[in-house]
Amino acid sequence: MKAIQQESRVSSKSKTETTTIESSWHHKHVLDLDDFTSAEIELVFQTTDAMHEILSRSIKKVPTLRGKTLVTLFYEPSTRTRSSFDLAAKNLSADVINLAASTSSVIKGECLIDTLKTLEALGTDIIIMRHPHSGAPYVAARHVKAHIVNAGDGWHAHPTQALLDLYTIRGHKSSFKDLKVTIIGDIKHSRVARSNIWGLTKMGAGVTLCCPFTLLPIGLDKPRGQFPEVEIEPDIDKALSDADVVIALRLQLERQQSGLLPSIREYTNLYQLTEERLAKAKPDAIVLHPGPVNEDIEISSAVAHGPRSLINQQVTNGVAVRMALLYLLAGGSHQ
Amino acid sequence: MAKNIIMNAADIRRTLARISHEIIERNKSTEHLILVGMRTRGVPLANRLAANIEGFEGVNIPVGALDISLYRDDLSSLELQPIVKSTNIPVNIDKKAVVLVDDVLYTGRSTRAAMDALIDLGRPHSIQLAVLVDRGHRELPIRADYVGKNMPSSRHEEIQVRLKESDGIDEVAIIPVPAKEN
Repeated sequence: MKAIQQESRVSSKSKTETTTIESSWHHKHVLDLDDFTSAEIELVFQTTDAMHEILSRSIKKVPTLRGKTLVTLFYEPSTRTRSSFDLAAKNLSADVINLAASTSSVIKGECLIDTLKTLEALGTDIIIMRHPHSGAPYVAARHVKAHIVNAGDGWHAHPTQALLDLYTIRGHKSSFKDLKVTIIGDIKHSRVARSNIWGLTKMGAGVTLCCPFTLLPIGLDKPRGQFPEVEIEPDIDKALSDADVVIALRLQLERQQSGLLPSIREYTNLYQLTEERLAKAKPDAIVLHPGPVNEDIEISSAVAHGPRSLINQQVTNGVAVRMALLYLLAGGSHQ
Repeated sequence: MAKNIIMNAADIRRTLARISHEIIERNKSTEHLILVGMRTRGVPLANRLAANIEGFEGVNIPVGALDISLYRDDLSSLELQPIVKSTNIPVNIDKKAVVLVDDVLYTGRSTRAAMDALIDLGRPHSIQLAVLVDRGHRELPIRADYVGKNMPSSRHEEIQVRLKESDGIDEVAIIPVPAKEN
């Protein structure tokens, strides 16, 4: 009884101090998930829940970012990430400029920092950036005052994809604790896998990586404390055994010139996610894929379009997650 | 820092009973009525008003919850960013008489945000405002239709509303706050 009284007193005090509830958000940029806490990821989830309600309305627009300018600066092709950010920003009433390197002054030889400085001079508040070089968004963050969101840098990180994957998993599983998440495919070239490994391990899930050793990033097999601990299982049947979540990765065909695989056909025979192989996973296992899908290479059409596939749900969740991130970045003031 | 209790549990109960009667009287029929609580403490208040109306009239009034964070006009100047919660209105508000419910009416800016949020959800027949405490200091031309208690206050005071559902106790208190530089 005493304990209950004490607890209620503490909670009432903390709740009545101010009219606005303090959020635990302290990020000026979203570059990767390595510097996120599980509480911050949970805050993104809660905010995403609220954004989902807006997406269910007939008029999907709120005035939150009115007067803010957002630029999507893409040095690599993209369908879903870019249109998802575009839509998320428009739903929050921001003004959006879409810049693709292929149609901008980059073609005339303008360097990254000059392009960023130009965007800053135009009064840009948020820059969503995709770049083929790992670390490019970190350089950007040092040179401009705008908020930088990493929409994929080289092989390094794709934090918003990881957050939408985590959010999708959260919608189907009661908790991340003790989940077995198996990531299959081209881990070496996958920024999605790297950011997912950070996010999943921070939330308490166990991660198993399944790929030929030639497609495993150097150093991951011997964790040195800097990188989260993961299981490595090159045998797909063992890796899928009792899995709760399966993330299939795109085989990056454009990055397979250097003899890492004997042939695409051999890779397909050994690592394609098929219905027979998926039967080894738990009966309620779910399947994710960051897209775009190479059907019948890393995943069979039957699985990609099957009842366990959440590929389309990931895309829908992507808009809500990105709205949440834009709100969290550009909402309050940041010192 | 003396804390001055201006309403206790019995006061709050009687006040909400009176407001419930006023809502029924003014709207004549409860048929098109919907109560929408503004998060956080407007929601339990709206639930209590709905329970009262059910007790008096035997009708079940839909109750919704509205989060106004995304409609605030001061987002970029707030030091602490509000956490957005879901808005959850169970019925279509088109042609309904919507009673917005909040704990304290102060500058009127929250009410402005709430009206904008509601209008984005549909075209209600009317929007009315019910508050437990009106403390004055309006900055916008807004007034409440149903007021629990008029409580003239200084800007250097805080009106603290605590409710059983969120805080374990029913109480409204006025607390002096040391003056802050603007």
